[in-house]
Amino acid sequence: MNAPLRNWVEIGSINDIPRQGARCVKNGEMTIAVFRTSDDRVFALEDKCPHKNGPLSQGIVHDGCVTCPLHNWVISLETGAAQGADEGQTASFPVKLDGQTVLLGL
Amino acid sequence: MSKQRLVIIGNGMAPGRMLEHLFEVSDAFEVTIFNAEPRVNYDRIMLSPVLSGEKTYTDIIIHGEGWYEERGITLHKGEKIVQIDRDERKVVSDKGTVAQYDRLVIATGSSPFIIPVPGSDLPGVLAYRDLDDTEGMIAASAKGGRAVVIGGGLLGLEAAAGLKLRGMEVTVIHLMPTLMERQLDTAAGYLLQRELEGRGIEVLCQANTKRIIGTDRVEGVELADGRIIDASLVVMAVGIRPNVKLAQEAGLAVNRGIVTDATMRTSDHSIYSVGECVEVGGMVYGLVAPLYRMAKVAAEHLAGPSKAEFVHAETPTKLKVTGVNLYSVGDFAEGPDREDIVLRDAARGSYKRVILKDNKIIGAVLYGDVADGGWYNEMLKSGEDVEGMRETLIFGQAYQGGASADPLAAVASLPDDAEICGCNGITKGQIMAAIRDKGLTSLAEVRAHTKASASCGTCTGLVENVMGLTLGDTFVIPQAAGMCPCTTHGHGEVRRLIRAKELKSIPAVMQELEWSTPEGCAKCRPALNYYLVCDWPGEYTDDQQSRFINERVHANIQKDGTYSVVPRMFGGLTTADELRAIADVADRYSIPTIKVTGGQRIDLLGVKKEDLIPVWKDLNDAGMISGAAYSKGLRTVKTCVGKDFCRFGTQDSMGLGVKLEKFLWGSWSPAKLKLAVTGCPRNCAEATCKDIGVICVDSGYEIVYGGAAGLHIQGTTKLGNVKTEDEVIEVIGAMTQMYREQGFYLERIYKWAERVGYDHIKDVILNDLEARKTYYDRFVYSQQFAQVDPWAERVAGAEAHEFSNMAEIKLEAAE
Ligand code: SRM
Ligand SMILES: Cc1cc2nc3c(=O)[nH]c(=O)nc-3n(C[C@H](O)[C@H](O)[C@H](O)COP(=O)(O)OP(=O)(O)OC[C@H]3O[C@@H](n4cnc5c(N)ncnc54)[C@H](O)[C@@H]3O)c2cc1C
Ligand code: SF4
Ligand code: FES
Repeated sequence: MNAPLRNWVEIGSINDIPRQGARCVKNGEMTIAVFRTSDDRVFALEDKCPHKNGPLSQGIVHDGCVTCPLHNWVISLETGAAQGADEGQTASFPVKLDGQTVLLGL
Repeated sequence: MSKQRLVIIGNGMAPGRMLEHLFEVSDAFEVTIFNAEPRVNYDRIMLSPVLSGEKTYTDIIIHGEGWYEERGITLHKGEKIVQIDRDERKVVSDKGTVAQYDRLVIATGSSPFIIPVPGSDLPGVLAYRDLDDTEGMIAASAKGGRAVVIGGGLLGLEAAAGLKLRGMEVTVIHLMPTLMERQLDTAAGYLLQRELEGRGIEVLCQANTKRIIGTDRVEGVELADGRIIDASLVVMAVGIRPNVKLAQEAGLAVNRGIVTDATMRTSDHSIYSVGECVEVGGMVYGLVAPLYRMAKVAAEHLAGPSKAEFVHAETPTKLKVTGVNLYSVGDFAEGPDREDIVLRDAARGSYKRVILKDNKIIGAVLYGDVADGGWYNEMLKSGEDVEGMRETLIFGQAYQGGASADPLAAVASLPDDAEICGCNGITKGQIMAAIRDKGLTSLAEVRAHTKASASCGTCTGLVENVMGLTLGDTFVIPQAAGMCPCTTHGHGEVRRLIRAKELKSIPAVMQELEWSTPEGCAKCRPALNYYLVCDWPGEYTDDQQSRFINERVHANIQKDGTYSVVPRMFGGLTTADELRAIADVADRYSIPTIKVTGGQRIDLLGVKKEDLIPVWKDLNDAGMISGAAYSKGLRTVKTCVGKDFCRFGTQDSMGLGVKLEKFLWGSWSPAKLKLAVTGCPRNCAEATCKDIGVICVDSGYEIVYGGAAGLHIQGTTKLGNVKTEDEVIEVIGAMTQMYREQGFYLERIYKWAERVGYDHIKDVILNDLEARKTYYDRFVYSQQFAQVDPWAERVAGAEAHEFSNMAEIKLEAAE
């Protein structure tokens, strides 16, 4: 099977993102939220909660998840899947670090 | 055959337990009990939770009236035996009741020792032994003031902690250089002292009481070095003396206690003795575990021929002060033939010391992390040779290969005869057997059938683990009500520990209080951030990432991801210039909706995130700051027009509202805080449903509080009347600070007041001028760091990353 062909795009430095925080990247009409955890792992999700499209980039980041600011769903940063009893999944994108530089796989 | 007559003097914990054993195996006795205390048998150990308010008397009754009736026992409450006539085999009470016996049990316990200094008989000087003492302390604490506790042992410290929780100032006076020196070594005693001081309890060691001062009642304590400590209550907890007088007068062998042999029989073959009044094997005891063993031995010998004998065993000591963990057992004096293994973890405030002799454990002192206490005690009792695990012994059971840090696995690895409940001597095997044989499924049932964890309760967690082990998944081990799933500590505990341990960052709190998640969650992080902001003004750096988005970007997020912006209009007043600036901003940034809010100001709805900074800049330039319509903090101070315009107005309600809002803005609080000032009791500003309201009246100002009109509708409660605007401001500043310091996150004033008591708040804020002043001063101090307009800060460049995208990807044709 062919791995999907990824286009790796430089979006900036890891230091642009606060620890336990997120920044947004505009990709045409779509907004992608790029998260940084306290141990400097970086993840990217579409900035749309599977519940009612809440901007996940504005949520609180904890333990590999983000809590949506609108109604507190908890979404896994790695898979985009809603945790606990809630069901739904947000699109996730691969991220690579090259030194300090963050590369987003589209 | 007619029944034998068994008479018991004293109805404390020891004879109560003896009767339980006796009725299990024999119905040969007709029992009569005399008790000097006018009540049934209760759990004396639990007086400390009653004192601290965690339990009530009814919670700690061991045998209710019905228990005696069912067994045909005659209980003479409030009757003291004054004479034992051994020739005629009868006892006589102070009320003249006479009872004949075939067998007599003396269980008179002990009496608190009162140091015979001048003034020790003044009203207001109490011992700590029974319910009356406890109720006396509770009554005294209601009046506030300072309590001096003489004696820094187990009882004294439990009294001190309880009185502190009841709101008194507390000083502990201790003769020795360190606290609880009979159970703790100096290092652990020091840690304990530091912990208590962190809770605001003053501890004076090496302090000798010279006299108690006072004319009609106690007013203070004078120390040998001349220091005088004011006190409205003095508690003497310096030790106990076995009650032997009665036995002595009856000619029984008495030494320090009533002398018995190992079967609990005194020098008279018809008379037994159990409890703290006994001396057996040359020892007297003051903890229930050995007394319960005496009770069992005595019951077996009363029931018939038996080989049961009392044997000495070390009893571990624990202190029942919530949040203080210490465990000590055995002998910890230093000596040439002994070896110490010590582990200190200063960061975690924990200390462990195990004392070895000939490769065997003879004592252990643990402070902080006490999980392994039971394990060391097991080895101490079995006399196991620990040579093989010397290197890892101090790290505890989890490090001994096999058993893991999982508490269930640790319990699983214990042998069946391992003691789980020290007070009652109940083993793991006994609990498991009872669960299986009797089909027990709840902790209450296990307590009822085995007594495990039914006395001091510190082994409850272990018992639950044994239940989990036996019942498997059908038993869910209950979680303590923590503030969120990341911790077992409740909000109150966390707030107290933040101050006591001087924790000044979220990671420090999580580390020290052993959060179970590395980074907390969306519930606990904002709460911790608030507690730290409140407790360490000027020192703590607000953690933006632990704030909800509204408080991070100082605007309210809307369902479509845009924001609403509400500038402050002090007291609901505005000007033509401000209105013009708002109109210009709305035009300039195409803000779709402008609305007048229920809080007497204007809301700009539908602002795009990237426009927030320029919108704020323009509003700032027109002299407006953030209205904090998003904050757990001061929201609005609504006003009505007042006496300058209204024909009914009695005071300048608008002016006072503006002053209050200028004074209070910027402050963070546990939940949102809304005020109103209304010019007369017609109440057009709706002051009687606000967190704090002011109703102007002819003679001044009536202050009310605890209202809400949201999810829950609640009218306010009156705090009181004051005469001047300055007093209004001082009272409201002080009350706000008290709420800020005590409230749990998201708890509005009415909930806080219900929890701590409206009367109490009134006593402190309205009636106690000194307390009011200190709260007010602390509020004023913290305001100098809080009154910074967050919009202006961000316009100047703070948190810039919040307001712009990281990148914009140009669409490129894929190759
Ligand atoms: C804008 C406003 C409605 C309006 O257009 O008038 C408003 C809007 C919101 N209120 Fe309110 N409340 C507004 C006055 C009130 C009032 C009236 C008052 O303050 O006199 C009340 C009842 C009084 C009270 O608080 O007791 C009120 C009781 C609530 C409650 C229930 C609070 C409670 O403890 O029961 C909530 C929910 C909450 O806070 O958890 C709430 C929450 C909200 C939130 C913040 C919901 C949210 O979390 O997103 C709304 C934000 C809307 C937005 O997107 O901007 N709002 N809200 C008012 C702003 C006042 C201001 O100038 O700051
Ligand atoms: C506040 C507090 C906390 C404690 N905490 C712990 C703890 O955590 N762990 C622990 O193991 N132990 C603890 N103890 C100690 C424990 O409570 C006692 O060891 C135990 O209650 C003693 O039981 P007893 O039956 O010997 O005597 P008591 O319970 O003292 O009972 C004696 C009874 O006899 C009555 N009496 C005395 N003389 C006469 C007479 N002539 N005629 C009739 N009645 C008489 C007395 O009024 C009293 O009711 C604590 C004690 C206190 C006060
Ligand atoms: S009442 Fe308040 S919270 Fe409810 S929809 Fe209206 S503004 Fe929103
Ligand atoms: S939109 Fe995210 S929880 Fe509702």
